Amino acid sequence: MSVKTPIYLDYSATTPVDARVAEKMIPYLTEHFGNPASRSHSFGWVAEKAVENAREEVAKLVNADPREIIWTSGATESNNLAIKGAAHFYSGKGKHIITVQTEHKAVIDPVRELERLGFEATFLQPEPNGLVDIEKFKAAIRPDTVLASVMLVNNEIGVIQDIEAIGNLCREHGIIFHVDSAQATGKVAIDLEILPVDLMSFSAHKTYGPKGIGALYVRRKPRVRLEAQMHGGGHERGLRSGTLATHQIVGMGEAFRIAREEMELENARIRRLRDRLLNGLQEIDEVYVNGDLKQRVPHNLNISFNFVEGESLIMAVKDIAVSSGSACTSASLEPSYVLRALGRSDELAHSSIRFSIGRFTSEEDIDYTVALMKSKIGKLRELSPLWEMHLEGIDLSKVEWAAH
Amino acid sequence: MAYSDKVLDHYENPRNVGSLDKSDPHVGTGMVGAPACGDVMKLQIKVNDSGIIEDAKFKTYGCGSAIASSSLVTEWLKGKSLDEAAQIKNSAIAEELALPPVKIHCSVLAEDAIKAAVADLKAKQTDKEVA
Repeated sequence: MSVKTPIYLDYSATTPVDARVAEKMIPYLTEHFGNPASRSHSFGWVAEKAVENAREEVAKLVNADPREIIWTSGATESNNLAIKGAAHFYSGKGKHIITVQTEHKAVIDPVRELERLGFEATFLQPEPNGLVDIEKFKAAIRPDTVLASVMLVNNEIGVIQDIEAIGNLCREHGIIFHVDSAQATGKVAIDLEILPVDLMSFSAHKTYGPKGIGALYVRRKPRVRLEAQMHGGGHERGLRSGTLATHQIVGMGEAFRIAREEMELENARIRRLRDRLLNGLQEIDEVYVNGDLKQRVPHNLNISFNFVEGESLIMAVKDIAVSSGSACTSASLEPSYVLRALGRSDELAHSSIRFSIGRFTSEEDIDYTVALMKSKIGKLRELSPLWEMHLEGIDLSKVEWAAH
Repeated sequence: MAYSDKVLDHYENPRNVGSLDKSDPHVGTGMVGAPACGDVMKLQIKVNDSGIIEDAKFKTYGCGSAIASSSLVTEWLKGKSLDEAAQIKNSAIAEELALPPVKIHCSVLAEDAIKAAVADLKAKQTDKEVA
């Protein structure tokens, strides 16, 4: 078995740019370098045409009108523009926002910022499987609720929220509904003709496009209004000023075209790899999958290994590039806030690993990973007094620890 | 996190991993830390009839520095009297392993584990004398 280490299993963090995408981008750096806003010569016209073709490709992946797509620098900017832009525009109607505890920081922090400016926010706790209970969402709606933001696919645990049901509730109550889809493109089918969603954020680099480019979908019918967050030359119909990054936009368009054409086959292949990984890891005792397994993208497996400590686990698996549920770079151990919101104990949150599989993951990569995890978990448990106590039948939750 | 070569060596090849018989009157056991804090150390020492530590074993749930600190002290403990053992300071452990400031607590925990193991053994021996 020949695999090249470290094996990249962190596709939810970022993806490599697909070679076909890179190839398409390059001429727009050197040859077709014009400013798409230049109306008076062919350099500008060529660039503008490329930008509009890309806009069409992005729109096609999610079945939207190209005029509903606004270029941004990435999903973080899209989330900021959507949340702050809509909250400010509609603040005359009310100042209450609903979102979820497990959202990405790029949603949570703009909402926190709005709280500082006088808005009120409800952060819903998801169910232990990571999904939002529709009844709880309904109960959180107030007469002054103007905006709700719920992600389509969670970045840590990969669960897919029921956007359609939540969107219908928002429609009934006249609430603007924003969805962060950074982790969803190319993984789940999105049809904005059907989905009752007003604003949707996209990122290129999670879907084999370049970093530094994203988009925001802004519904035209019924029309959704925003206050611009970036002021200047009035690009993107005044919603986002700044010279368009033609080569980045071309890359995002090509990446989304490939996603549209290949996602069905690709997802079937990735699901087989994920199931192979899951079956392999489940041969280890005391492992816990975090988040619902059914309502989940095939790329993600987030799993906790009981009785091993998070940082030593990461040290042990340096042959694979994965993310840990534990931010142990400092003395203060901070378990993942997403796993905490699901009610996972600190210990299980710390010893979690997010495996995210992608376009260039092979079966050999998965088999190597399973073998590595089995041997390293075995070694760390051999070292673990907690594992020894567990084998002796001691209930660790009943032990009185000398906390320090 | 940039670990020193000594920490990596103890992490990769931990010395004296294992357990001694808790109920043996010549064995002292110290268990310190808490799972919620991210580290638990179990340190055991076995003394001979002249009160010299002839064996030491550990098991640690924790980061690389915690594993290395406990592995290192098992090496240091062998051949020492209980009083000498109780004098091992966390600063010596931290210095030997070149622990960064955020990992000093691992060496403190190792010192606590030694003290707990020595205290357990002394308590057992006192009980025996009383009996």
